[in-house]
Amino acid sequence: MSLSVDFKLSLPDFELKVAFDAPSGITALSGHSGAGKTTLINVLAGLATPDYGHIETDGRVLFSSALKINLKPEQRHIGYIFQDARLFPHLTVLQNLKCGRWFRRLPMNPSTIEEIVTLLGIDHVLSRRPSQLSGGEKQRVAIGRALLSEPEVILADEPLSSLDSDRKKEILPYFEMLRDQMNIPIVYVSHDADEVTRLATTHFELTHGKILSEKSNP
Amino acid sequence: MSDWLSPSEIEAVLLSLKVAFWATIVSLPFGIAVGFVLARYEFPGKQLLNGLVHLPLILPPVVTGFILLKLFGTQGPIGSVLQELGIVIAFSWTGAALAAAIMAFPLMVRAIRLSFEAVDARLEETARSLGANRAQVFCMISLPLALPGVVTGSILAFAKAIGEFGATITFVSNIPGETRTLPSAVYSFMQIPGGEESAYRLVILAVIVSMTALLLSEWLAKRVKTVVEGQ
Repeated sequence: MSLSVDFKLSLPDFELKVAFDAPSGITALSGHSGAGKTTLINVLAGLATPDYGHIETDGRVLFSSALKINLKPEQRHIGYIFQDARLFPHLTVLQNLKCGRWFRRLPMNPSTIEEIVTLLGIDHVLSRRPSQLSGGEKQRVAIGRALLSEPEVILADEPLSSLDSDRKKEILPYFEMLRDQMNIPIVYVSHDADEVTRLATTHFELTHGKILSEKSNP
Repeated sequence: MSDWLSPSEIEAVLLSLKVAFWATIVSLPFGIAVGFVLARYEFPGKQLLNGLVHLPLILPPVVTGFILLKLFGTQGPIGSVLQELGIVIAFSWTGAALAAAIMAFPLMVRAIRLSFEAVDARLEETARSLGANRAQVFCMISLPLALPGVVTGSILAFAKAIGEFGATITFVSNIPGETRTLPSAVYSFMQIPGGEESAYRLVILAVIVSMTALLLSEWLAKRVKTVVEGQ
């Protein structure tokens, strides 16, 4: 699987013009704040619309100005992991995990859910509310929720930056696992050099709305 | 209660409760829809809609009652159509409920709108990235999170509907047993010699009902908020 991206988006004080391919594994996007990282992945998620361009995953067109295609966020099958976990406060952890499957009418296999729950080590918090979780637990639930919606691409916007260094160490291995075990592109935004070095299979640097360089990681 | 209140007083109180109950229940879906639209969407005519909803709050109630009478009276453009269908609203308790609902609507919409505005729009975006269409986002995320405001708005509207006087008496008059609600009854007792005592009793009742509704709405809103946020 891979994601190919080529678009331009003009905002009143800012222009974002990028073209890149994200193969399976983690494609890290780094850059200073204000470089347009979050705007870029909002475009991929369908939360912002570019002026023109083309975005597709393995032949499935998500956006194309030429073909006049612009899939809605819910039609893109893109799992989005945010900096703040954004769990739904009125639902339990288990309901949070299941809601993507419910929205997409995917089968509620207990074994599928159990597998992810065990993998992320969140079996002891399933009946809790998000307000009763630690920062690391929240982020693990958010990862599980995105995975269970069976995405074809995962977007992660600084998923570790609101955690302290111990919690970061707790979550990092899960992203390595996603990278090594799931055959899907993961676009991972981060300004943390260590994180990028450790996780990225492909690495782009974004400066002033443009992709400056592709850096290969060993 | 029957020792303390005369039959006609009890009749007025029960009628007020019935009118306020139906006014609140029937206007609630509209209140939720209008509150949500005003909180979440920008569209041409939004200020006009907002103004129309709030108009009964600012207009003299007698003017609102007069407009209702002209629209829903048996000669009016809407009233005549309804009459063809066998429904007569003017001078009946359903008309009192309509007047109460319209007068209470601004309060209901305001509370509901504010609570929808307080719902984090990023949670709605998150739900869409998980595959929820707009209807699913509304039912599963926005509405449950806005529930405290919906409860507050409903109880405030109920309290306002119990106390509505000006538009009601203009639109449906003051017919014992049909449209003589609690405030109309107070007004009537004030007009007749020796009616002071009855008026006083109803006044005390009105104060009790209104205070209870206010305290109940505060308490319920807090309870619901706790449950919704899972604290």
